[in-house]
Amino acid sequence: MDSVLLSRMLFGTSMAFHIIFATLGVGLSLMILFAEILHWVRKDSDYGVMAKRWTKGFAILLGVGIPSGTIVGVMLSLLWPGFMEIVGKVIAVPFQIEIFAFFLEAVFMSIYVYAADRLSNLMRLISVTTVALGAAASAYLINIAHSWMNTPRGFSITDGVVTDVDPWAAVLNPSMPYTSKHVLATAFMTGAFVLVSIAAYRLLRETGSDHERAYHKKGLMLALVVALLASLYTATNGHSTAGMLHEEMPLKLAAAEGLFETQANAPLAIMGVPDIETETVVGGIEIPGMLSWLATGSTEGVVQGLNDFPQDEWPPLFVHTLFNVMVGIGFSLIGIAGLALAWIVLFRKRNALPTWLLLVLVTTGPMSMLAIEMGWIFSCVGRQPWTIYGVQLTSAAATQSGNVGILFFLFISLYVMLLVLTGLVLRFYFLRNPVQKDLGVINGEAF
Amino acid sequence: MMTEPYVAIFIIWIFLFVYAIAGSIDFGAGFWAMFYSNKQTQASILANRYLSPSWEVTNVFLVLLVIAIVGFFPGAAYYMGTLMILPFSFVLILITIRSAFMVFSFTVKSYTKPLVIISGISGLLIPALMIAILPMAIGGFIGSGGDQQYILFNKLLASPTLYTHIGFGLTTELYLSSLLLSDYARESGSEKVYAVYRKNAIILGPVTLFFAVMALLTLIPQAPWMVETMIDMWYLFALSLVAAFIGYSALWWPSKHKKRGRARLAVIFTILQFGMASFGYGYSHMPYILYPELTITDAFTDPTMFRWLLYGYAGGLAILVPAFILFWWLFMKDKRYLQADAEKNKY
Repeated sequence: MDSVLLSRMLFGTSMAFHIIFATLGVGLSLMILFAEILHWVRKDSDYGVMAKRWTKGFAILLGVGIPSGTIVGVMLSLLWPGFMEIVGKVIAVPFQIEIFAFFLEAVFMSIYVYAADRLSNLMRLISVTTVALGAAASAYLINIAHSWMNTPRGFSITDGVVTDVDPWAAVLNPSMPYTSKHVLATAFMTGAFVLVSIAAYRLLRETGSDHERAYHKKGLMLALVVALLASLYTATNGHSTAGMLHEEMPLKLAAAEGLFETQANAPLAIMGVPDIETETVVGGIEIPGMLSWLATGSTEGVVQGLNDFPQDEWPPLFVHTLFNVMVGIGFSLIGIAGLALAWIVLFRKRNALPTWLLLVLVTTGPMSMLAIEMGWIFSCVGRQPWTIYGVQLTSAAATQSGNVGILFFLFISLYVMLLVLTGLVLRFYFLRNPVQKDLGVINGEAF
Repeated sequence: MMTEPYVAIFIIWIFLFVYAIAGSIDFGAGFWAMFYSNKQTQASILANRYLSPSWEVTNVFLVLLVIAIVGFFPGAAYYMGTLMILPFSFVLILITIRSAFMVFSFTVKSYTKPLVIISGISGLLIPALMIAILPMAIGGFIGSGGDQQYILFNKLLASPTLYTHIGFGLTTELYLSSLLLSDYARESGSEKVYAVYRKNAIILGPVTLFFAVMALLTLIPQAPWMVETMIDMWYLFALSLVAAFIGYSALWWPSKHKKRGRARLAVIFTILQFGMASFGYGYSHMPYILYPELTITDAFTDPTMFRWLLYGYAGGLAILVPAFILFWWLFMKDKRYLQADAEKNKY
């Protein structure tokens, strides 16, 4: 294997690993903030317990998220020196401010976790707000750099030298308004759905006191509301993103939809496999005119197909599947969250959600995370063969070191070990400290 | 009037210096926590109490440093990605394992034993790997075949400069962390632990100085271009030596506490010493980032970007400094944290 492919595999795996922890870091910190606010407003100590327990999980995940973020941050320079050379000259500002946001998050996280018992209520709320803001801001900023890779602006290259740098034009690139919001909304959504899964799982087990069940129901309700709002926003934002792709990256849109011929009244292909020989999507469902309508707002709109572009610039066509899985999960989750909330409101008198619905709810967290991974792979593989779309080929960005193979092996082992250990630690901690212990302790003391 | 690349490299030096100090103390505390885990548990607990809240913040400084280098000197990215990929990757792997165990052991007690060992060993390995980058950058260890460049590891490993640098890095780390922990012990009101770390500092001070002189001596054949500037700046190194002696002697000055020695002053003067010496070292390194391949002018970023980055750093620091002050007060000053008994601290 050549070092470009190895570099892609190593960086891709590192991102896939980091994104789990980064997403939960952004999503959970917002949920902790909401729990703290409810604790404050409703004077209900259950929400205080909730915030404390979520924080515990969050702190464990952050213990892996901070170093894995350090890895991808440093690895960018190690594996993609050619890319970082242009980044440093054109889009360094968001990277730099991102670090400060990350700093704020780390400082106030330490304060919130290690000094919680010495803080006043107001100070605690300020700390956790800063953590949530820092996490969200750093995700927002770093994804400005990601959006710039898809629609690069703010510089020109003459004879291989970067000139006419305009940092603002680079920041305000055409996909910037969509990408960062999409990443943030899906992170909020995933953080909430993971908590939905946990609460539903606890309610399924039918054990524990009434107080415990009431506690889990409050958690489920809060998480469901946030999850539904965030996933609804994600859908509208995703729709605008399709319009942006149509304008700025028609090739990526064509690959995502498996559209070969440029046409008006273009059909939307759901699932199926794009086939280069027959230039059709085999085995999918086609909705006539739908793609034109989604991309341009009218079924008469013309959508460019793959054949408009030289074949050596096509991304791999399996991105169609990634894209479909992502969108499919997104819509299913809206449906599930909507149904569960409607059920809770309509059948208020009944004490419990039916088992089948709880079982479905348990799957939402992992599904949401899967959609995030699919989305990232789609966005980055769908940009191939470019690292900076239309400007720098991935092969020109990569390191020329011959050692990437051994590093790949080392880092994969590291990630596997950490995933296993994180799982064990989370399990061990929450088995040792069941919720009734926290509920008992806090109700027993003056809190 | 300093030119733009010099302003940029000056900022990088500040970040590097802050990280070197904070990292030394952080990694050193990890080592001491291991060293004393069986014999002097109080000394070990104190080191851990310092470490728990501070490592995350120290860690972010490392990212800041790398991002600042890429932002100000994007041309250096190529050399990081080819020449430095192995040492950097090993550092990353070690840091990740260490950080993860730091959090795991805070959560689950049975991880405390492995953590203490991991953070103790990595507390020596990580700084050794990091400091090994310095001799690589002074030139003479880079070979090329075809259009590829690589580190001549055989030559590097056979070079005394590498070992004097590593020796200097490690003894400095342990000396600095001993000084700071003795000050921290005193702040916590534990004279017994203070005495333990003071004794370490007394032993390590002269060893550090020995390695500093050896590192300079081995530079003479390896990097004559640096030594010339160093001789021109002899007064800076002389001042640094004076600061070193003041700092060291402060360990015997009378104090209002039970035992003698002014730990706070020793810390301050020693940091001053390293500030001057590292500035002198860095200045002698100019204009090369990597001798003789890359100068700061070659690697410098776009001038427009440079200006925006300056605004960014000014704004960012204006927000961060108050946060750091709060952080410092809560964990370095507040008696409720400093004197919490070991059990409660683990909650």
